[in-house]
Amino acid sequence: MKGAAFWISIVAVLVAGLVLTRVVSNEYYFNALYVILQGAIMAVAWNVLGGFTGYVNFGSAGFFAIGAYTSIALGKAFGQSLPLPVMIATAAVVCGLIGLSLGYLTLRLKGVYFSIATLAMAIVFETLMNNWSYVGGARGAYILTPDSHLWFNSYIEMLFMVMLLLTLGSVAISRALNASRLGRGLASIRDDEVAAECAGVPTLRLKLISATIMGAMMGVAGAPYPYFVTFVDPASAFSLFVAVNAIAMPMIGGTAHWIGPVIGALLVGTAQQVITVTVSSELNVLVVGVMLVLFITLAPQGIVGLAQKYLARRRR
Amino acid sequence: MWSVDLFANAIVAGLLLGGFYAAVSIGLAITFGQLDIVNIAHPAFVVVGSYTAYIINRHFGLDPVLIGVLFAPVFFLVGAAIYRVYYVSFERTGQESLSGLAFFFGLMFIIEVLLIMAYGVDYRLVTAGYIGQTINIGFVGIPFRMLVPFSVAAALTVGIYLYLSRTFTGRAILAVAQDRLALQLMGADPVRIKQFAFGLAIATTAIAGSLLIIIGPVEPSLGRQYIGRVFAIVVLGGMGSIPGMAIAALILGVVETMVGTFMGPSWSPAVSFSVLLLTLALRPSGLFGRK
Repeated sequence: MKGAAFWISIVAVLVAGLVLTRVVSNEYYFNALYVILQGAIMAVAWNVLGGFTGYVNFGSAGFFAIGAYTSIALGKAFGQSLPLPVMIATAAVVCGLIGLSLGYLTLRLKGVYFSIATLAMAIVFETLMNNWSYVGGARGAYILTPDSHLWFNSYIEMLFMVMLLLTLGSVAISRALNASRLGRGLASIRDDEVAAECAGVPTLRLKLISATIMGAMMGVAGAPYPYFVTFVDPASAFSLFVAVNAIAMPMIGGTAHWIGPVIGALLVGTAQQVITVTVSSELNVLVVGVMLVLFITLAPQGIVGLAQKYLARRRR
Repeated sequence: MWSVDLFANAIVAGLLLGGFYAAVSIGLAITFGQLDIVNIAHPAFVVVGSYTAYIINRHFGLDPVLIGVLFAPVFFLVGAAIYRVYYVSFERTGQESLSGLAFFFGLMFIIEVLLIMAYGVDYRLVTAGYIGQTINIGFVGIPFRMLVPFSVAAALTVGIYLYLSRTFTGRAILAVAQDRLALQLMGADPVRIKQFAFGLAIATTAIAGSLLIIIGPVEPSLGRQYIGRVFAIVVLGGMGSIPGMAIAALILGVVETMVGTFMGPSWSPAVSFSVLLLTLALRPSGLFGRK
């Protein structure tokens, strides 16, 4: 997608979102869309490290939950009147730093160790939150949604627009990264790290940048979460389901291209909403797992890869 | 709070627990340590072993350990089949680092959800005559529900160790980790050896699972807590060294019990992961690993 076309479609999606808040009054749709967009940010963030650089993060739920708990802690400390953008920005900084330090500890080792360390990080923080009574401990915390919702009809409509903005922002960052010099460096690490190192690519520094961006984006996705659900406990915030979704969506969409996780998130997210409503939420969880395993065994390049293969065959 | 008998009890309980951890980790020491396959679903298979023991025990009243031994061959076949899929889809095309990891992650997730769908999130347990009995030595109490798993785990660990170091196939498994090509030149097929070893590793989870459900009630997501433990033990033990793994398991068991006793049980899940993070950061080759 060329630069102009990309920005026009970003604006078009934004306008469509604004129109939606005027036309649709059923709050369910905004709830559903919020969940899908949250999945999209997580998927895009996961792909920055997983798809571009080739390092698997199993602890996405940890970053997400720390983002959510940053909002809760700030709300407790400074009152609920603290504006949402401040909380989102703080969550981005906190989670970015966690991503950086985790990367600093383990990204020098084989990729496997980083993966296991991310899983470990999520459990360590879950235990911390379970024992930190200030933010509710194991019992969880209730959050009051603020009364003001700008010029929107309801709070959820405003949250939806916030999430849409954040999603578009993440997509733009991910696309810029993919095309930049930095992105080419990351791709060289993914394809052959030793060769990249020999060619003078500062691999550790690039990996750390990549891990920081990933952490910050996931924190951003988690920061508005307490205001969306109004009740957060460690078990729901650190849910394995969040982590599986963050892996499954890019894997199904295709990891090498920035559009892959977006396609995967829209597809999987929508399918999940439909299955949850029409069948059951347990089956919904199972479907994601099965789709993940099927895609990585049968179509490792994801939907984008399948499409590219199809186009290449037609051109011949 | 701090007293000698509490301390002694914690040490003994920790050693017994650590012995059991060795049984849970030994399969991973083979797959992750020797075969270089990051089977993150390993604890999920252990939980499947627990549910197998639970089902058979409830219907036929067999002893859980016996069930574990009886079902080990079934688990072996399942493991061999899974390695087949893994080999054909990832290893042969050189994609095991990214896709292979995600594959096992998805597998773990599917196992957990299937168990929840079939049996719910309730805790399940087994019945056997010895569960609930305790022998007392001085002021130290040794419950049989810990002693039996410890003994079985010790036998399993020694058995696997002897098998790997004394038999032809066992040595071939060790060799496949070191030099694939050399093994091929010796006339052994690395893929078949790895398939056999992976099956063996999954077979141990049938026994480990039956031990897990003797120690306490089991629910589907229990496996997740063991991911940290088994990887911490295998990495700390120096990747694939069976004696190293056993010592690391005992250390982790003692440390975890100490933290649980003196700081409160809500902190113990963080112990193994902290040990793992520290090991990775400070000494990634483990306590007994070669540099």
